[in-house]
Amino acid sequence: MNPYLVLSLLLFLVGTTGFIVKKNVLAMFLCVELMLNAANLAFVAFARDLGHLQGQIFVFLVMVVAAAEAAVGLAIMIVLYRRRQTLNPDDADTMKG
Amino acid sequence: MMTELLWLLPLVPLAGAAATGLLGRRLPKRAVTLVACGASGAAFVLALAAFLELLSLAPGDRRIERELFTWIAAGDFTAKAALLLDPLSAVMTLVVTGVGFIIHIYSIGYMRAQEGYYRFFAYMNLFLFSMLVLVLAGNFLLMFVGWEGVGLCSYLLIGYDFHRPAAADAGKKAFIVNRIGDFGFILGILLVFLTFGDLGFGRVFGEIAAAPSRFPPEAGIGVLTAIALLLFVGAMGKSAQIPLHVWLPDAMEGPTPVSALIHAATMVTAGVYMVVRCAPLFSRAPVALDVVLVVGSATALMAATIGLAQTDIKRVLAYSTVSQLGFMFMAAGAGAFSAGIFHLMTHAFFKALLFLGAGSVIHALAGEQDLRRMGGLRRRIPVTFWTMLVAALAISGIFPLAGFFSKDEILWAAWAGGHPAVWILGLLTAGLTGLYMFRLIFLAFFGEPRHAEGAHPHESPPSMTGPLVALALLSAAGGFIGLPAWLGANRFARFLEPSLSLAHRGEAPHFSHALEFAFAALSVAVALAGIFAAHRIYLARPGAAGRIAARWGAIHRLLRDRYRFDEFYDRAVVRPLLGLSERTLWLRVDVGVIDRCVNGAGSSMVSLGALLRGMQNGLIRSYAAWIVAGMAAVLLYLSLLRS
Repeated sequence: MNPYLVLSLLLFLVGTTGFIVKKNVLAMFLCVELMLNAANLAFVAFARDLGHLQGQIFVFLVMVVAAAEAAVGLAIMIVLYRRRQTLNPDDADTMKG
Repeated sequence: MMTELLWLLPLVPLAGAAATGLLGRRLPKRAVTLVACGASGAAFVLALAAFLELLSLAPGDRRIERELFTWIAAGDFTAKAALLLDPLSAVMTLVVTGVGFIIHIYSIGYMRAQEGYYRFFAYMNLFLFSMLVLVLAGNFLLMFVGWEGVGLCSYLLIGYDFHRPAAADAGKKAFIVNRIGDFGFILGILLVFLTFGDLGFGRVFGEIAAAPSRFPPEAGIGVLTAIALLLFVGAMGKSAQIPLHVWLPDAMEGPTPVSALIHAATMVTAGVYMVVRCAPLFSRAPVALDVVLVVGSATALMAATIGLAQTDIKRVLAYSTVSQLGFMFMAAGAGAFSAGIFHLMTHAFFKALLFLGAGSVIHALAGEQDLRRMGGLRRRIPVTFWTMLVAALAISGIFPLAGFFSKDEILWAAWAGGHPAVWILGLLTAGLTGLYMFRLIFLAFFGEPRHAEGAHPHESPPSMTGPLVALALLSAAGGFIGLPAWLGANRFARFLEPSLSLAHRGEAPHFSHALEFAFAALSVAVALAGIFAAHRIYLARPGAAGRIAARWGAIHRLLRDRYRFDEFYDRAVVRPLLGLSERTLWLRVDVGVIDRCVNGAGSSMVSLGALLRGMQNGLIRSYAAWIVAGMAAVLLYLSLLRS
């Protein structure tokens, strides 16, 4: 049980760190996928450990959401590039306070 | 029949006020005139019908009470909107509607060229309505409604030319000074309710009269005296008695017909009426009666002396009103309530006439009100002159005009009631009345014309002179309904008797008719002496007035400055209040505490916002870092909680 969770935690931390330090929207997007899948791993591990089915069902749900998110996110990226000719999120700071 | 329709009497002027006030702006002037004068005329006809019906009843049955509806019902307390018609209120309604109607007619000519014609007539009708509610009310509460309505209308009418600061200020002053009196009145009403548990005149006075053991004539200050004194504070405010008289002379800022209405038919008579209405109460409170007597005589004398030194024609008349109201209270204080109402009625005739005549003089001189710039108008405006002369003779108390009978009855009552000092004061005031009144007549109508070059004095239109003549006839003949005992029976006093039957009466000492006649002759002689003095000072010897004023400089200045009442109030009340408001309440409490709290709440939010604004920098990665930090904090917290 524990090794799975440690792996999940590591994956999540890698994703988080990557999301914060990367300056490319595409790379940040990959990091988000890493975090999602770290969560999926934890779900599956718990589902197996507890003998429940819910954990696995949640994984499917997360995958669906991730797919939808990918579709929307990529569309935003394309629009961002067309408008600003950049993929650096720090250049899109119009909404600052 | 008419008494079934008693509710129509106040309602007709109210309808007139509503029609002219709400629609008047769109109606032609002629229609406004027709509605307003029609309403007041109709009210007079109704009052006359009610009076005649009352006369047809036996004297003992002349008391008709109509309950219109239950106004307030709360627990044990109920107040009904009840109208009461008895001889006293019948006389008052006749005076109010009769003189009011004549003044309405006069206003057609006087106000013709004024702006806001419809507004004026709407207020006038509303004034009549309030006054009728006041005099017809069957309980203290409804009377208070009329009382306040009259105060409101006086404010509106005095401040009719509200774009002139003097008029607006005078309106406010009238309202505020009256408010002081109203405060006493309302406390008196509360005390009546606490004592009797009811506010209806019939119940309250009936209870007083029915239980002589519970409500004996009080030697000291008991509950009846307290009630009477509080009610009298209200009467002092409304009827302009010292020290609350200061609003009435300033009320001259209103148009002249308004002055006539306030001084003669409505408003100032309310206080006298209220005291007489409460005669069963006052007559059992000798201390309160003495206060009424002292205040009345002091006011009569002081106002008469002030009237000697005023130069504005309307101001002279205003102080004359204050003085005559003092006479009425003198009568009430001496226990001669019917004499007070009698003088109220005759005074309504000749004071309305004097004011309307003064309005005609002012009209003739295109707005000039200063007596020093009049003179020689006798031949230019003869109708005004002759009618005003009648009024001046009447107010001075010359036989056989109206004022003679009423004033003489009051003086006699003061003597017969055992108040010789008051009688002497009254006699002195009667002489002064002749002096100041004929000073006005001589300065305005006799001597050399002193008005501005190019002024062409002209007689007023018939709509103004007609009312003057009508009032002159009333002033001349109105006294005969109340002949003194030595000339026959006093029918006026006998008519009023049912209204005053519950009043407490002491032993009346009997005097011979010859003595009464001698007193009457004496008072006429004093009045004639006053007139003669006026003739010597102001007409026969030019410059005599100036020499007297120079010789008694300090006194003259004191009289001219009206005993400096206004200055005193300014120093004693107004300025300390202003200082307290400005230095403490405004600069300390408002600015220092309240504003600081409100502004502090605002500015602390602004600075907190400035602090937090730095977080929203538009950089997604930093938001992510904050989210992670927050998540870490939550996890840390939970793990700490666990362990």
